Amino acid sequence: MGCGTSVSTETQDKVVEKDNSVKAPNPALTMKAAVLIQRWYRRYMARLEMRRRYTWNIFQSIEYAGEQDQLQLSSFFSFMLDNFTQLNGNGPDLISQLLDPVVNPWLDRETCFNMIPVPESYTGPRLSFPLSVSDTNALLNGFKEQQTLHARYVLQLLYEAKKLLKQMPNIIHLSTSYTTEITICGDLHGRLDDLLLIFYKNGLPSAETPYVFNGDFVDRGKKSVEVVMLLFAYLLLYPDYMHLNRGNHEDHIMNLRYGFTKEVMQKYKAHGREILQLFQDVFSLLPIATVIDGKILIVHGGISDQTDLDFLGSIERNKVKSALRFPRRSLGQLDIGQCCRQMKGIRSTDSSRASSSCSHSKNQRTQNQRKRRCFPSRQDSTISTSSSSSSSSSSSSSLCSPRTPSHLTPRQCPSFPSSPHTTSVLQVPFLDSLSSVGPPSPPQHEREWKQIVDILWSDPKTQEGCSPNTFRGGGCYFGPDVTQRLLLQHGLQLLIRSHECKQEGYELCHGGQVITIFSASNYYEEGSNRGAYIKVGRELVPRFYQYQVSRTTRKLTLTQRVRAAEGSALRALKEKLFSHRSELMSGFQQYDQNNKGCVSVSEWTLVLEAVLRLDLPWRTLRPHLARLTPDGSVEYQSCFEDMGPGNSLPQVTPNLAETLFRYRTDIEIIFNIIDKDHSGLISIEEFRHTWRLFTAHLGVDIDDRAIDDLARSIDFNKDGSIDFTEFLEAFRVVHKLDKDQHVNGR
Amino acid sequence: MAENKQSAEVVVSDVHKKIRAAFEVFDYELNNTVDAREISTIICSLGCFPSQADIHDFIAEVEEDQTGYVHLDKFLPAMTKVLLENKFPPIPEDRVLQAFEVLDKDNKGYLEAEELTKYLTQEGEVFNQKEMDEMLFAFSDPEKNVIHYKDLICQLTFDTGQ
Repeated sequence: MGCGTSVSTETQDKVVEKDNSVKAPNPALTMKAAVLIQRWYRRYMARLEMRRRYTWNIFQSIEYAGEQDQLQLSSFFSFMLDNFTQLNGNGPDLISQLLDPVVNPWLDRETCFNMIPVPESYTGPRLSFPLSVSDTNALLNGFKEQQTLHARYVLQLLYEAKKLLKQMPNIIHLSTSYTTEITICGDLHGRLDDLLLIFYKNGLPSAETPYVFNGDFVDRGKKSVEVVMLLFAYLLLYPDYMHLNRGNHEDHIMNLRYGFTKEVMQKYKAHGREILQLFQDVFSLLPIATVIDGKILIVHGGISDQTDLDFLGSIERNKVKSALRFPRRSLGQLDIGQCCRQMKGIRSTDSSRASSSCSHSKNQRTQNQRKRRCFPSRQDSTISTSSSSSSSSSSSSSLCSPRTPSHLTPRQCPSFPSSPHTTSVLQVPFLDSLSSVGPPSPPQHEREWKQIVDILWSDPKTQEGCSPNTFRGGGCYFGPDVTQRLLLQHGLQLLIRSHECKQEGYELCHGGQVITIFSASNYYEEGSNRGAYIKVGRELVPRFYQYQVSRTTRKLTLTQRVRAAEGSALRALKEKLFSHRSELMSGFQQYDQNNKGCVSVSEWTLVLEAVLRLDLPWRTLRPHLARLTPDGSVEYQSCFEDMGPGNSLPQVTPNLAETLFRYRTDIEIIFNIIDKDHSGLISIEEFRHTWRLFTAHLGVDIDDRAIDDLARSIDFNKDGSIDFTEFLEAFRVVHKLDKDQHVNGR
Repeated sequence: MAENKQSAEVVVSDVHKKIRAAFEVFDYELNNTVDAREISTIICSLGCFPSQADIHDFIAEVEEDQTGYVHLDKFLPAMTKVLLENKFPPIPEDRVLQAFEVLDKDNKGYLEAEELTKYLTQEGEVFNQKEMDEMLFAFSDPEKNVIHYKDLICQLTFDTGQ
């Protein structure tokens, strides 16, 4: 890229040859030299900034697109529930495998952790409740030394935290004092190093150093468990000086995709499920906002033009277990007579009858969501049990009696085999909020859900007004007028929020009325951004403190870091292209009727935008992604040239391979859930069944035989079980130009 | 004559595309508007070497009345003119090298952080503290606290060129 036009020489400040003997150069010359250097240097810094900026755009786009894909997974779970079939009549069916029935009311009793012995050989931190400073110090030291807290203590800590949080209001009110400042931190996302750095620089939580952590403690980083254990421990130790707001990642469905669930299952093989169940409850009990001196509002995401703080203060916040699910009604409100059974194989479609139960869907535009939330009408019903696993409201569950559904509105219901369960009820820990049974949802519940989702998911923007946040698929974009109005309405002067990664760790907008604070440094890539925290005292003037954790011992230059981040972003982008190859190719071919293998740059851009739906500066990125012909058009095949599959399985068609590659993460999550004993193996039957459901749900046309062949081919031991880690490895994509790329061969 | 006109049109059209592509990177809300503070980055990424005064004048011309934003409607024609008339021509490496050599009066091949700071923050279109700190942090030899300017030139022109 460059100007491309001719270079003209500046005649005036031509620098003549130096005179070595002159020690003090001509002042005019010095000035001219300085100017030249400054101008030249600034120009190159600007170019680096340009690269850094579009690299950033790439990371962000892919991140948010991933969040939209998340809805895919949760809608798949709904679909699975709807299309339940029993595998072989004997053992536990697939659904109950997915949804561990053992978990529930047990977790409300102390026996959930008391019965777990801690062996003598355990060298990690041992906690005694109520917690004291020595316990939190033990945690800090233990975690610094890479130790894992024993499941018993995890459960106990969560149990105690849950008890404490239940007593807290939705909105916490704090006051500053003349002697202490309140420290406000943003997203941590499982970065223990950043949390430790903050504690190191700023001090541990105490009466002198009170903290507010503004959500997103977990997911993405590898130490989410440790981060959240520390935060909850300090919460228990100093409930008056430690305050936690809920973030959009304090949500069990988000956790399924973004790594927290996986981290827990890997660290806690025996008790992972119970731990996750407790986390689900604790997360939904986290307060949603904090207000300082009645003047500074702190929420994780933002606000909308509908945000009503008084209303928010009054609702039952824990009913919204996940933003990606419509809130459950408490059992008392259940109309026992309503139950239904989904016709097998009916996929969720838009249906006008369904609109009443999904009127909130007008806020969310993506097709996936619409598909997910509208259900077709039920044709018949049989005896089914409805489940509930609410642990904060009533904990029992009820049996439904059959009723003709003619006057019922369609809704989601877990469906069951024709032989009713005579044993206890099917619990739905991961997906309890799926069972949004009841008559046409009254506006109340919708409103609660929407208010909370707006708080957790919204982003500020420069344009006035309030519009649905289509980028993320949830919450709103709110403009400076919305901020102004809300602040005025409640006598506030400042909104502090997090939720978006910022290069400097913080950013002001809306004329200084909104501050974004983000505390996970190097979020996208080593050197990508700083982390920051805010301190605020009696005068309520925020002060910013920045930091950056450096993980490499080798110091990288600025250009090296930019290049590394850029490389990483481009690889991720190329993988995106590769995983949508067939769609892209057919898009390109529509513009290339004569089959010349090229299209114009504009056409290339159009296809990419339409298929990938990522708002990126494609023209600027084009040189990194595709080749040009001598006449300036794009050879579109070159987009896919330097990528290839890691391992080619013999019976796999390109179509199947691409689907497997694209949904690799989702499949992995599902496998992890199915693999109850964490052996890394699932049975062929389970694999086949899950895969068939998944592709049916996606609407991908995969031949049944292709699936069977695939299943057989990956059962290398022919013992009826599949090592799914190996399987997933096969559908990793390699970048052919990476010389040191490790390819998993067989 | 007609051919000339046509090729001129093609040139302008190409220039327009380049400008739009660069503009787009900073148009976060997809409404053809960028923050005025990004203008210098955009101009530089298009191959120009403007001075601070150049940038200041340019922004004054295209900014939307005190809002702090610049709309593509004004930016495009102004930038097109800049590119076609080559208003902010590039500075070739040998000139920069000469400039450094002027400052390096003892002909050491490098400049001490302190002396470079003095020149760049006191002479010409001065660097502010942040710019100076960043330059030293990014490019100086941390042990000896000096900048090897030949390396710096190579690094920037090689790494950031395309």
